[in-house]
Amino acid sequence: MIAALAALLVFQLIGEVLARTFALPIPGPVIGMLLLVGVLLVRGATPRSLQATATGLLAHLSLLFIPAGVGVIVHLATLQRALLPLLATLLMSTLITTVVTASLLTLFRRWFSPTALAQPSPPSDVQEEPR
Amino acid sequence: MPTNPLLTDVWVYLAQTPLLWLTATLLAYLGADWLYQRAGRMPLLNPVVVAIALLVGILRLTDTDYQTYFDGAQFVHFLLGPATVALAIPLYSYIGRLRAMLLPLVLALLGGSATGILAAVGIGWLLGLEPTILRSLAPKSITTPIAMGISEQIGGIPSLTAVLVILTGIIGALFANEVLLRLRFRDESVRGFAIGLAAHGIGTARALQISTEAGAFAGLAMGLNGAVTAILVPLLLRLLGL
Repeated sequence: MIAALAALLVFQLIGEVLARTFALPIPGPVIGMLLLVGVLLVRGATPRSLQATATGLLAHLSLLFIPAGVGVIVHLATLQRALLPLLATLLMSTLITTVVTASLLTLFRRWFSPTALAQPSPPSDVQEEPR
Repeated sequence: MPTNPLLTDVWVYLAQTPLLWLTATLLAYLGADWLYQRAGRMPLLNPVVVAIALLVGILRLTDTDYQTYFDGAQFVHFLLGPATVALAIPLYSYIGRLRAMLLPLVLALLGGSATGILAAVGIGWLLGLEPTILRSLAPKSITTPIAMGISEQIGGIPSLTAVLVILTGIIGALFANEVLLRLRFRDESVRGFAIGLAAHGIGTARALQISTEAGAFAGLAMGLNGAVTAILVPLLLRLLGL
């Protein structure tokens, strides 16, 4: 478990260093995540201890947002001043984003499958392209 | 606060160590999670909401400021980094499906990310929110640490952004899956991807409850949207003249 935790931290560290060195807009932990996927691909399997630690950590992912969320206490005045428009904005924009994303993904999957899956081509000429 | 001198001594000690608020955070979460399970996972009793409400109440009652609380709770907050890296594991187990739909995923990511920013700023503007709040709102769909960085860069209030991000996550966790199901989106990878994109880690936590597959795609969407939003927000806000 300690080895697995250390591995996660090492990947995060590499990610942060890369992000800062090259001034990348991608956050360090996300780079670390992509690197770890790459290493797992090369390795061909997830070590059991890493699997267990990751599952344990992700099972309580919501816990990790609580400290930032309690920060609401600092902004109670601002929030109260604009409570209704703010909540309406958050609710509508979040649901619109979810539905648009799901629709786009469903649409593009239909668009590119099944023939386009083997050789993805630019969206504009997919439909006309003879195969 | 306590009037008894001994209690005051104990309180002064506790108030100075990270122990008290770290413990309080874990207990609040455990209590909220227990309640959530007991109530048959009723969405409105989302453990994040209940735990935050509980802690805010306790901080107000004990007259503790947020910085003091965060000095203790930061150890939990820190784990967000390694947890993000850990999303590589579910992602790797679905790599086959992911490869098969790579191009649709990238296009949906770009479209969804732009929608997230424009919908938030657009609706907020229509409803008369002030510019500082609009700027704090722009990166609300992505994970807290990145969103706070963007907010600072574009002249928002980072700590307000953190709160809006959490609220967005909670809204996503409460309603997104139900809305998608009602609109007949059955594919778990599609639902997971959409929820993770719109509602970052809290949405991903919710998607993990749907299935590991939904969780893996949610984690992917959350990670990639963090990067895309970081690039799009400054560009789109400049276009909108904010």
